[in-house]
Amino acid sequence: MVNRRLLSAICYLLSAIRMSNISLSNITKKFRSVIALADVSFRVNDGEFFVLLGPTGAGKTTTLRVIAGLEKQDAGSVAFDGEAIDALTPADRDIAFVFQQYSLYPTMSVYDNLAFPLRSPVHRVSEEEIKTKIRGVAEILRISHLLDRKTARLSGGEMQRVSIGRAIVRDPRVFLMDEPLSNLDAKLRESLRVELKHIQKSLGKTILYVTHDQIEALTMADRIAVLNEGQIVQEGAPDDIYDRPATTFVAQLVGTPRINLFEATRQNGVVTLKDGTVMVESKPNLPDALLLGIRPEDVKPDANGKFSGQILLKEPLGVETVLHIKTGEQTLLSLVPGMSDAKIGDVLKFSIASDKLHFFDTNRKRVNA
Amino acid sequence: MSSFAETGPRRPVTESIRVDKVSPGARATGAVRAVVVVLVALIMLIPIFVMLITAFKTRIDVTASPPKVFFQPTLEGIVLLFTNRAIAAPGRQEELRQLAREGKLNIFEQIALDSGQEITGASPYVGRIINSLLIAGISTALSVFLGVLAGYAFSRFSLPGKDDLLFFILSTRMLPAIVVTIPLFLMFRQVGLYDSHLGMILLYTVFNLSFAVWLMKGFFDEIPREYEEAALVDGYSRLETFRKIVLPQSLSGIAATTVFCLIFAWNEYAFALMMTSEKARTAPPSIPSMIGRGGVEWAAIAAGSLGFLIPVIIIVFALRKYLLRGVTFGAIRQ
Repeated sequence: MVNRRLLSAICYLLSAIRMSNISLSNITKKFRSVIALADVSFRVNDGEFFVLLGPTGAGKTTTLRVIAGLEKQDAGSVAFDGEAIDALTPADRDIAFVFQQYSLYPTMSVYDNLAFPLRSPVHRVSEEEIKTKIRGVAEILRISHLLDRKTARLSGGEMQRVSIGRAIVRDPRVFLMDEPLSNLDAKLRESLRVELKHIQKSLGKTILYVTHDQIEALTMADRIAVLNEGQIVQEGAPDDIYDRPATTFVAQLVGTPRINLFEATRQNGVVTLKDGTVMVESKPNLPDALLLGIRPEDVKPDANGKFSGQILLKEPLGVETVLHIKTGEQTLLSLVPGMSDAKIGDVLKFSIASDKLHFFDTNRKRVNA
Repeated sequence: MSSFAETGPRRPVTESIRVDKVSPGARATGAVRAVVVVLVALIMLIPIFVMLITAFKTRIDVTASPPKVFFQPTLEGIVLLFTNRAIAAPGRQEELRQLAREGKLNIFEQIALDSGQEITGASPYVGRIINSLLIAGISTALSVFLGVLAGYAFSRFSLPGKDDLLFFILSTRMLPAIVVTIPLFLMFRQVGLYDSHLGMILLYTVFNLSFAVWLMKGFFDEIPREYEEAALVDGYSRLETFRKIVLPQSLSGIAATTVFCLIFAWNEYAFALMMTSEKARTAPPSIPSMIGRGGVEWAAIAAGSLGFLIPVIIIVFALRKYLLRGVTFGAIRQ
């Protein structure tokens, strides 16, 4: 009796200090002749909110499925806490997966859905304990009033809450989330985003989160890996990704409105656009042919500005306004705070924050000036 | 003038109405449709109705022309169907009448006595109905069980030569029964399966299996894989996942497959006629064999056919909830 108690105490302590980091090394996965993942390696640290960001078809979901064991990689290895888990079944990997389409079991009530992972033969939890755990989780996710309902009678937001609940009720090593918020409307997405981040921080859990939504990535992530065509393009903290995009792909993927990107050349010590507009003074390490990236918020209306252009279009968003400014042969996007009183057709003087420019070589890779 | 868009509705909107459903045109179409459906159903039911009334007619009423719709119902046909009778000698008849007066004869014996006959035992038809129940029931259970497992495997796993296998399974159904009957007959006789329950069960199972596999594969294809994947990740094995997640969702598919397999096995005529004689003979070939044993007993045939319908009707009614329900009604949002 004493031994058992001691054992459970030790188990509890172990589980409390149990690390849970994920490392992928050189994962390659092909579907017939299509390469879904090409030599993907990254590491998710313990307690980290890690976001895999990429457009549709980039291989994000495949990565998650390989980690979960739902898909077998052709090469490479997945390790949890340094231990290879490639041979384990999904059940033995001790992970929780939140699917984009909720995947709540339609024949069961919300309570049974939440209890389902706990009732699995792998976990062996008593019904008494299941009840307490579900109550706790329902409290956190504010779904206590839904427990007796059939899952088909829930709204989208409620379904996703339940499916997140089904993941956290079990206290797994890691959470894998596959675009869990993308089927929800904008308002709900925003509030669940905050909630999810809050839950992650208070439980101190490792989450690997997949999304194509750059705002989700920037707002929630501790670190982001950008995936494109089965390859990791850049890995880093949100400000790294935003302020120092490694390629034009990342620069264009992250940030709304989109970054202004122009072909330019370096001539006589200045960077010149195709139509001859001189933008900035050149730095010594820039190549002759390059791409110039300017974030819209770095294009500022300025009465003493060096540049001028005509306003083609105005998109008032409330807290900010997007101005489309035609200058020379190109149209620049400018993001100004608040509602702008500029009118379409006006000629506007503006300046560009020259210290915040992004330079890319012809291979579309970042050049640090 | 103020428009609706500016001012909104004058009164608070407290219920939602689908405008397209209320228009008189739509209502009329709905009514016409309903009438047509009812009419078609009635026309389809005429033969069943004729069968029903024939089963309760006397020998004279059955052949009356024009056919009688109103008549004195009798259980004669049913007695003819279920019993063997012998003509009672005049002395014996007197004895029986005496017993009848004392109320010692049951209703069937009395009916037989009315035409001067005595019941000598149950007719072979009783045994044949039991054969039908056994053979159709067991073969349906077997083919649905195997079909569910095989259909799931075909739906979810990548098997070598999957498409060829599926086609091969289907190809067993491409020849009409009559073509394969003779080779099957020879084989059955060779291995001693002729006129045996086992032989008939195997035959119907094999014949239904292709159908069950294809049908169940279709139903499983409709169930999104995410459910199973969620269960796999939640700590369940493939088999447990199948039992706890997939089976409950495929109940309607299983019900549909069961009904179709049962109807085939229950109604099958050609094989049963060729492959059985006495021991394992099922009901369908024995009904027409009643024709021509001392005149055509239409009432008995009608009663036999009617009784033959009942089990299928019961099964279909019992399963109708699953048959009507959609395959997935679930929590997956596309």
